[in-house]
Amino acid sequence: MNQDIITSTLSGALRSGTPLLFATLGEILAERSGVLNLGLEGMMLMGAFTGFSVSYITGNLWLAVMAAILVGGLMASLHAFMSITLRVNQVVSGLALVFLGEGLSGFWGHGFVGMQAESFNNIKIPFLGDIPYVGTIVFDRDILVYIGYIAVPVIWWFLYKTTAGMNLRAVGESPDAADARGINVVLTRYIYTIIGGFFSGLAGAYISLAYTPMWVQDMTAGRGWIAVALVIFAIWDPVIALIGAYAFGGISVLQFSFQIIQVPIPVNIMNMFPYLFTIFVMLFASSNKIKKRFGAPSALGIPYSREEKT
Amino acid sequence: MKIRFEKREKKPSKLLIFLASLLSVLIALVFLGFIILSLGDNPLTAYWQLVSWGLGTVPGLIQSLVSMMPLLFTSLGVLIAFKMKLWNIGAEGQFQMGAFAATWGALYLFPHLTNPWFFIPLLMMLGMVAGAFWGFLPGVMRAYLGVNEILSTLMLNYVAIYWVNYLTYGPWKGPHSYNFPVTAQFPQSAIFPQYGVGGLNLGIFISIGMAFFVLYLVRYTKFGFHLNIAGDNLRVGEYAGINVKKMIILVMVMGGAISGLGGMAEMSGVLFRLQPNFSPGYGYTAVIIAWLARLDPIATIIVSFFFGVLLVGSQQLQLFMQIPSSLVNAFNGILLFSLLASEIFLHYKIKWVRS
Repeated sequence: MNQDIITSTLSGALRSGTPLLFATLGEILAERSGVLNLGLEGMMLMGAFTGFSVSYITGNLWLAVMAAILVGGLMASLHAFMSITLRVNQVVSGLALVFLGEGLSGFWGHGFVGMQAESFNNIKIPFLGDIPYVGTIVFDRDILVYIGYIAVPVIWWFLYKTTAGMNLRAVGESPDAADARGINVVLTRYIYTIIGGFFSGLAGAYISLAYTPMWVQDMTAGRGWIAVALVIFAIWDPVIALIGAYAFGGISVLQFSFQIIQVPIPVNIMNMFPYLFTIFVMLFASSNKIKKRFGAPSALGIPYSREEKT
Repeated sequence: MKIRFEKREKKPSKLLIFLASLLSVLIALVFLGFIILSLGDNPLTAYWQLVSWGLGTVPGLIQSLVSMMPLLFTSLGVLIAFKMKLWNIGAEGQFQMGAFAATWGALYLFPHLTNPWFFIPLLMMLGMVAGAFWGFLPGVMRAYLGVNEILSTLMLNYVAIYWVNYLTYGPWKGPHSYNFPVTAQFPQSAIFPQYGVGGLNLGIFISIGMAFFVLYLVRYTKFGFHLNIAGDNLRVGEYAGINVKKMIILVMVMGGAISGLGGMAEMSGVLFRLQPNFSPGYGYTAVIIAWLARLDPIATIIVSFFFGVLLVGSQQLQLFMQIPSSLVNAFNGILLFSLLASEIFLHYKIKWVRS
């Protein structure tokens, strides 16, 4: 009995952590290039809505995921245009993206509430899936969870071991120097901001096509904001992001396990845990000393212009 | 071809700023029109439906004023923080905590008070203290630990919403609520004076008075003077001998108190009982109102009223044209984008240069 609960909590942590992981990885890339995009919540909602509606209409899951990814990228490109080309305040532009995503997904999604669509099933990986406990928890999940496992080392390798990754980091650290070395700062920022959007769209699709396969208005429930906090927690590192995302996933599914073993904490109080934990984590991760030593890209949130600095 | 920005030498005139804001609203309406069209509805009919009731009829006008009240309180709450470039997105939570505290006072702490002259000011104090506390927490975290206030205020919004849910579904569920998650009704002595039948109540006038108080505060006091200096540049503020840490906390506390008072006024003036989802996101819309009003307290009254009309109108839209009320959020997003863009055109000349 207790083993079942532990298994289901841990596998729930992976499932619930996967959308957080995608969104966090994407935002790490965008912020590494120097663009702060606070609009994750909006992009995820649009991704969730697009994924669900395309799956409902076409019945093709992969088309649905691709569409969600594209829509995430489209929204991010709006933010990129505002913050890179027009150089407006990135905080406000990100907020506007959240409003836009909430509004459009709620508006267009109205007719999809209560519908059922094709969704992802678990695929057991041969051999690995047969390992007692670990197999059922880690290797008997849906394919998007596996994509999450793979994305982390790939992005780590890309960031630290490839020229393109080095250029990306240079643009976020000191755009002047990068420019002098012939790296196109504007183009780089556009690319990674949009890739960040792709990831958020995918994160949204995971929620509406795998985690809770349905469409509900505002179904991301603040996960986009938690992901923004996770980037700080992860000190812009994909591997720590993985740990953070699954830990947060664990906290958000804890309430279900608590209900089963009848821990006398009301549901609505348990619902607060992820948000309280986010604040708690930021208390430690936010000190300027830590930020300076480990990683906040120096040019984060600062528009770049070759001619004039204002 | 490349785009180049050149800073304009002159500051834009008030008229120009007004025109730019108006243009932003028009542009947003055009985009919104396409979105409405996408569901197969006629945008012009929808816009007519959106404003005709709230502006064109007496009960509609009163309803708009009633919707303006919580928007005005929360907008003023975020406005003070924005003046100092503190991104207080926490008005929603502060508003909810104010409503919670007012309910606590009215139903549980002082259920035997019958003199409204004493009871109502007491509840107003409670609402302000609760909102202030919800602003104080992110303020302290920002001032002393550098915790990003956008994230902390947002997280506290969710905590406040679940707190209200917990109380209304659990220990505070009213005895005559037929198992619906609502508290008992406020006693008569805890309710704002009502004028007529349309819902016009004292809270609306308090909210307008609050706008003038905020105007006085930012323009004619030492606090406002410091706020403007530190808002321009935190470092300059420090050199000028302003205790920036104290200012951050003070600003967040004051903003929270105003939003908290809004929550109290919504309880004592409009709803008379606490329930889940009693706010359709007033505190978030407040962010846009404060921006559209360019952080001017008096302009905030007008813009809040405009958004009150929209809110009432969007309920009409849902009722009569089955157009989801989320439309307003989409409008907010587009409006914010066009406002941001207009800001750039106001302050910069844009030149295309051959490279």
